[in-house]
Amino acid sequence: MSDVVELRDLAITFATDGGDVRAVRGVDLSVAPGEVLAIVGESGSGKTVTARSILGLLPETATTSGAILLRNHADTGTADVLTLRRGGLRAVRGRDAAMVFQEPSTALNPVYPVGWQIAEGLRAHRRISRAQARAAAVDVLRRVGIPDPEHRVDHYPHQFSGGQKQRIVIAMALVLDPGLIIADEPTTALDVTVQAEILDLLRRCRDEFGSAILLITHNMGVVADLADRVAVMYDGEIVEQADVRTLFSAPRHPYTQRLLAAVPRIGTGKLRDKIRPSAAVEELRQDFAADEHLVAPGEPVVEARGLVVRYPGRLRRPGFTAVDGVDLVIRPGEMLGLVGESGSGKTTIGRAIAGLTPVTGGSLRVLGVEMNGVRERAFRPVRRRIGFVFQDPATSFNPLLTIAQCVAEPLVVHGVAGDAREARPRVDELLEAVQLDRSYGDRFPHELSGGQRQRASLARALALDPELLIADEPTSALDVSVQARVLDLFAELQAELRFACLFISHDLAVVDLLADRIAVLHLGRLAEHGEAEQVLADPKDPYTQRLLASLPVPDPDEQAVRRESWRALTTR
Amino acid sequence: MATLVARRRSWLDRVPVVHQLRQSVGLQRGMLIAGLAITGLFLLVALAAPALAPYGFADLRDEAGLFGSLQRPSSAHPLGTTVGGFDVLSRVLFGARTAVFVIAVAVVASLFLGVLLGVVSGYLGGWLDRVLVVVADAVYAFPSLLLAIAVSIAISGGQARLVGGVMAAAISITVVFIPQYFRVIRAETVRIKAEAYVESAKVLGTSTARIMFRHVLRNATRTLPLIFTLNASEAILTLAGLGFLGFGIEQTQAAEWGFDLNRSLSDVTSGIWWTSIFPGTAIVLVVLGLTLVGESLNDLADPRLRGRRAAAGAAPVEATEVTA
Repeated sequence: MSDVVELRDLAITFATDGGDVRAVRGVDLSVAPGEVLAIVGESGSGKTVTARSILGLLPETATTSGAILLRNHADTGTADVLTLRRGGLRAVRGRDAAMVFQEPSTALNPVYPVGWQIAEGLRAHRRISRAQARAAAVDVLRRVGIPDPEHRVDHYPHQFSGGQKQRIVIAMALVLDPGLIIADEPTTALDVTVQAEILDLLRRCRDEFGSAILLITHNMGVVADLADRVAVMYDGEIVEQADVRTLFSAPRHPYTQRLLAAVPRIGTGKLRDKIRPSAAVEELRQDFAADEHLVAPGEPVVEARGLVVRYPGRLRRPGFTAVDGVDLVIRPGEMLGLVGESGSGKTTIGRAIAGLTPVTGGSLRVLGVEMNGVRERAFRPVRRRIGFVFQDPATSFNPLLTIAQCVAEPLVVHGVAGDAREARPRVDELLEAVQLDRSYGDRFPHELSGGQRQRASLARALALDPELLIADEPTSALDVSVQARVLDLFAELQAELRFACLFISHDLAVVDLLADRIAVLHLGRLAEHGEAEQVLADPKDPYTQRLLASLPVPDPDEQAVRRESWRALTTR
Repeated sequence: MATLVARRRSWLDRVPVVHQLRQSVGLQRGMLIAGLAITGLFLLVALAAPALAPYGFADLRDEAGLFGSLQRPSSAHPLGTTVGGFDVLSRVLFGARTAVFVIAVAVVASLFLGVLLGVVSGYLGGWLDRVLVVVADAVYAFPSLLLAIAVSIAISGGQARLVGGVMAAAISITVVFIPQYFRVIRAETVRIKAEAYVESAKVLGTSTARIMFRHVLRNATRTLPLIFTLNASEAILTLAGLGFLGFGIEQTQAAEWGFDLNRSLSDVTSGIWWTSIFPGTAIVLVVLGLTLVGESLNDLADPRLRGRRAAAGAAPVEATEVTA
C-alpha cells in the first residue's frame, strides 16, 4: 500500500504587514497507513501550518509551492491538494483526511445536538436518510466511548465535559472512516488525567479503525506515548526525522537534543542545587538583606484555616464554591507548589492571597493581615510586600509603556522613586538579575519574546523586595526550552533572595523542580499536602496517584510501563 | 519571526493617518486617498474662504450696485445668486467655515465628556454605571434630529445669531454624540479592566485614579480616530438637517448649507437649479470624503479586513500531474 499522504518540497509563505514570512520551507514528509507520525516543534516552527495545508485550510494571505499528494478514500490514486479548487477540496476534506482541533469547546457548534453535527459530515459526502445518519452517529459515539450513546446523541455540546467533547470531535473525524486523521494539539486544552484518556482513544483509532494519524504537539510526553515516528520542526524546516525510540535514545540534531534536555521530569532533583548565582543576583541580594522584614522569623507568611471562596450566583441561583475549606501554610523563604487541574481552585487561592478575589469564609492571614472582610485601604500597605507573576506574559504589561516604565511602576506607585527616569538605575539592576540586557528597558512589551516578557514580569514582581511572591502558572504559556530557562531563573532568585513563594502550576514535573512542599488541590479541596519528595514518591491520596500516573514521561519504553499502571489505576 | 518584532518604526509611520496610508494597498488605498483629498480640500476651503470667495457671504451689493435676485451663473456670479440676492459661490465657500467650526466644537466637546464619563463609569461600575447607561440609552431612544431641535430651541430661544446659532447647533450635536463615545469607551474599559496588566497594577497597590488614567484610558482610546471621522460626517448631516428644517443660522449671520437648501426649496419647482445644486453637492462631497476616510481607517485597523500584497517569495502554485 502506498503512503496515505506525501508532502514533497512544501513551502508556505505568508504576506504580512512586516513583509513576507516564509513559515515552511522545503518540507518532505510521508505518513504510511496505520502509522502515527508526530510533528513536534515550538510555537512558530510551522508545524500547524504544515498540517493545515494538507486540508487546504490556509488563509488567503498564504502562497504555497511543492506538492501534497493525498491518497483517496478507495485507495485508487492520489490527488495533489495544492492544485484542487473548491469542489475538489470539499470532496477530499473529511473523506480522505479529517481534522481534530485543539480546543473541543470551540470546534463544536453550541446550537446543534452532537448527533446532528456528526451526521453533517455524512450528509456532506453521501445521500443518507435521517434514520441511517442517526444510527451511524450513535454507533461512532459508542466506539469513542461515550456512555449511553442512544440517549446522549441528542444532547448539546455544553452538556458534555471537556474530555467528552474531544471524544465527540474525534467521532466526527472518524465517522467517514478517513485514511488520515490530523490531530492538531488534541490534548493541549485538556487536563492531564483527561489527556491520558484521549491519547488512549487515539491509539484505539489507529488499532481498531486503521487510520493513520498525523499528530501535532509540543509535548514530548505525548509523543513518547503515542507516536511511531517523529519529525522535529524548527523554524519552518524539518531538522530530524526518526523512529520514536531512536529519537528519544539517540537524538542527532543539536536542536532535538536541547529540546529533550529541556523537558522537565519528575525525580531529577531540585533546580536550586544545580545553579550557581550570577553576580547580578548577588547584588540584588544585598539590597534584600538591607531591607527590614516585618514578619517575625518562624511566623508563617500565609496561613489559611478553612478557607472558603465562593463566587456569587446569578438571579437566586446558588453560587459556585471554588475553594472549599482549605488549610495552607507558607513559611518565610519557602516555596510551596500548588498543583491541580483546571477548576480545582488553585488560581482562586492565589488571587485571594493577593487580594484580587474576596474571601467568603474561614480565615486567611497574609503577612499578618486577616483577608476575610479586609478593606482595600487596610491592605494597600501590605501590597508592596507581595509580588505577583501572571500566567500570560503577553497581556500582563501595559502595551503603551516601555519595559523600564512597567518595571518602575511599583517603585513609583509606592513612592520609592518620583518617576520612571529616577527609578532607572534600580530597574537596570533588576533587569540584569533576570538576565535581560538593560537596553531591553527601552523596548515595548510587544517587541519582546514570551520568555523575555516573563522574565521582565519577574523583575517587576521583585522590584520592591517582596517577602511573598505569587506565581500563577508562570511558564505554561511558554515553549518548553524557554520554560526551562525561566524555571532556572526562578530557582536561582528564590534560593538567593529567600522570599516565600506560592508556585501555582498544573504540571507536577515543573513543581517538582522547584517546590519544597506540594499541595494537591482537587475540586476546591486539598487532596494531599506534604513534603515534595514524599508526595511525589509515595502519594497517599487516590487522586494524586491518578494525577501522577497520567503524566506522560518523555521516554517511549518507560511510558509504556506507566501506561499499564495507569490502566490498572483507572479500571480498578 | 523575531526579526519582525525587532524592527523599529520610523517617526513618519507613527503619525496616525500617515501610518495607515503607508500600510494600505489597492482599493483600500484608493478609498483612503480619495477621502483624504476631499477632506483636505474641505479644510483648505474653510481656511481660505475669505481669499477664495469673490464676495462676503452676506453681501448683497458691490460697487456696481445690487447683485439682483436669482441671477443665472455668469462671469460676475459664477454660480448665480439666490432668491435673497446673495452670491451662491461665496455662500458655498463660507459654508465650509461654519461646518468646520460646528464639527470641531461638537466633536471635541462630546469627545472629552463622553470619554471621561465612559472611563469612570466602566471602571468604577456600580450604581453610577447603571444610571449613566440608562441615561445614555434614553438619549439614544430619541430621534437624534428631534433631540437636536429641542436642545437648539432651549439654547437659542429660536433666535439664530452667529454665536448663538452655531453654538446651539454644536451643543445639540454634542448631546447626541456623547452617548456614542460613552458607550464605546465604556465597553473598552470593561474589557481592559479584566486584562492582566490592570490586575498587575492593582496587586502593586496602584491608586484607582492612576489605574484609570495611566493604564485604562490610553488603551481604551484606540478606536477613537475611527469614530471621530465617522461622527464628523454625521455632525455635518445633523447640522444640515437642522438648517434645512429652519433651525439654522440666519443668512446674514453665517453661511450654512442646510439653511440655504431650505431657502431654495421653492426655486426647484420653477426650474432654478443653481441655488440648490451647489450647497447640496457641498454637503454630499464633505460627507463622502469623511466617510471614506473613516471606513478605510476602520478596515485598516482590522487585520482580517486589511488587504495585503501577495507574498512574493514563493512561486505561484504550479499545476502538477494528478492521477485520479
